[in-house]
Amino acid sequence: MISLNRVTRVFESRDGDRITALEDVSLSIRDNEFVTLVGPSGCGKSTMLRIVAGLILPTAGTASIGGVPITEPRSETGIVFQAPTLLPWASVMDNVLFPLRMMHKMDSTSIDKAAALLKLVGLSGFEGKSPRELSGGMQQRVAICRALVHEPDILLMDEPFGALDALTREEMTMELLRIWGERPKTVLFVTHSITEAVVLADRVVVMSPRPGRIAEIIEVKSSRPRSFHVEGDADFHDASRRIRALIFGQKHVDPSRAAA
Amino acid sequence: MSTQAAPLLEKPRKRSSATLYEVVVPLLATAAGFLVWEAICKAFSVPAYLVPAPSEILTETLAIGPTVLGHSLATLKTVLLGFIVSILISLPLAVLLTASPAIAAALYPFLVWTQSIPKVALAPILVVVLGSNELPRIVITVLVAFFPLVNSSATGLMSVPPELLELSRACRASKWSELWRIRLPYAIPFIFSGLKVAISLAVVGAVVAEFVNADAGLGFLIVTSTAFFKVPVAFGALIILSVMGVVLFQIVVIVERVFFPWSTGNAMLAS
Repeated sequence: MISLNRVTRVFESRDGDRITALEDVSLSIRDNEFVTLVGPSGCGKSTMLRIVAGLILPTAGTASIGGVPITEPRSETGIVFQAPTLLPWASVMDNVLFPLRMMHKMDSTSIDKAAALLKLVGLSGFEGKSPRELSGGMQQRVAICRALVHEPDILLMDEPFGALDALTREEMTMELLRIWGERPKTVLFVTHSITEAVVLADRVVVMSPRPGRIAEIIEVKSSRPRSFHVEGDADFHDASRRIRALIFGQKHVDPSRAAA
Repeated sequence: MSTQAAPLLEKPRKRSSATLYEVVVPLLATAAGFLVWEAICKAFSVPAYLVPAPSEILTETLAIGPTVLGHSLATLKTVLLGFIVSILISLPLAVLLTASPAIAAALYPFLVWTQSIPKVALAPILVVVLGSNELPRIVITVLVAFFPLVNSSATGLMSVPPELLELSRACRASKWSELWRIRLPYAIPFIFSGLKVAISLAVVGAVVAEFVNADAGLGFLIVTSTAFFKVPVAFGALIILSVMGVVLFQIVVIVERVFFPWSTGNAMLAS
């Protein structure tokens, strides 16, 4: 279980200004829960993700996983970024194996594991290809395999489909749901897309900017397995409308209700 | 699959047009240049001690062929030693410069200082300090050649996408494996663009050093032959120098293509 308890993070810019990226954020995420973070730019979504990753530490408050405070990156976490950032000199297979190499965790089963993951995302036969021979969507699939190869129990995704075209994006969203169905794990998913946030999530955390706070946490009740057909559901509609109201009608939200 | 097949079909045509543009056209243009030069010298009867015709340059240089070859090898030795020492200095220096802002701040004044000294003025002083041998020539060559290599290597080491560095941190990788597995490979295209500048400058540096202090080398040959108005031989040395520069440059290009094909591909995508 991931738990953030009154987490605040302040950044100091070069000219000495202090910017509060996250203020007094509390959130608990159950094991194998799919949580999406949605909100306008500057609402601290990525900061929150990086705190859970152990890449940055809270200025105040505590972040912990399974009761253990997060003080540094832990090896049971996988990360996917907006850009695939594959190594241009390495093959698809070597890119997937990269975290294992960096962690000195390569063993006789590693290559089979990586091949199984590539099969899971539909990239069997591409093991020896170079990243530049792949389309943007395929590269991001490789990046997802790279994040899963060391069998993390937590997957952090920072706008992973943000750079893809709309059609590929929907396809990848379904793909991710399928992967999550086959290999359940706790997912924290940052996105700008309200539809994406609702289709994927058990709970959508809506954030408000300057300083970054949780505006509201919305439970998505639509049944699983889901597809974009849920867009027609009443549950889906209610959730989307509420999120839109929170994001675009920000002034009417009472900040005292923020911490949930 | 269709998008995969298309580049494969295009490859042969691309390769043949590449040879056309990279080899045939430049060679033809060079040959045409020499022909025009020859024609002008013949048409206007330009005296050989001012601007010799290519044919005169060729015959006069070949007449002392073995001597010229000896001088060429002497220069080549200085160029290559200077180039190798430049690499050995520049890469660790680039790693140091990018390791911490404090080190960079401490080292940059020295680097700028080595670059602001006129090397031609420094050369005679170095000869006095280091003696009349190969060493001052190599030092001059290195001083002329190394700086662009340090600069582009440092830029390359800093060019890694921040996400990859975060990934490396998330994998709890050491600074050493971050350098070895991420930063250095990422810097390869930048290092090679530095190497291309450095090899050309190494030729310049070697000649500057030979002007001041040498008993052999093409720079020495130019100084002595112009002193005796053997201008065609000086031109011959000049042409050998430029050919040496071009060939060494091309060797660097080929090494990059053969050993780091993804690097040249990326450079092409970037440009």
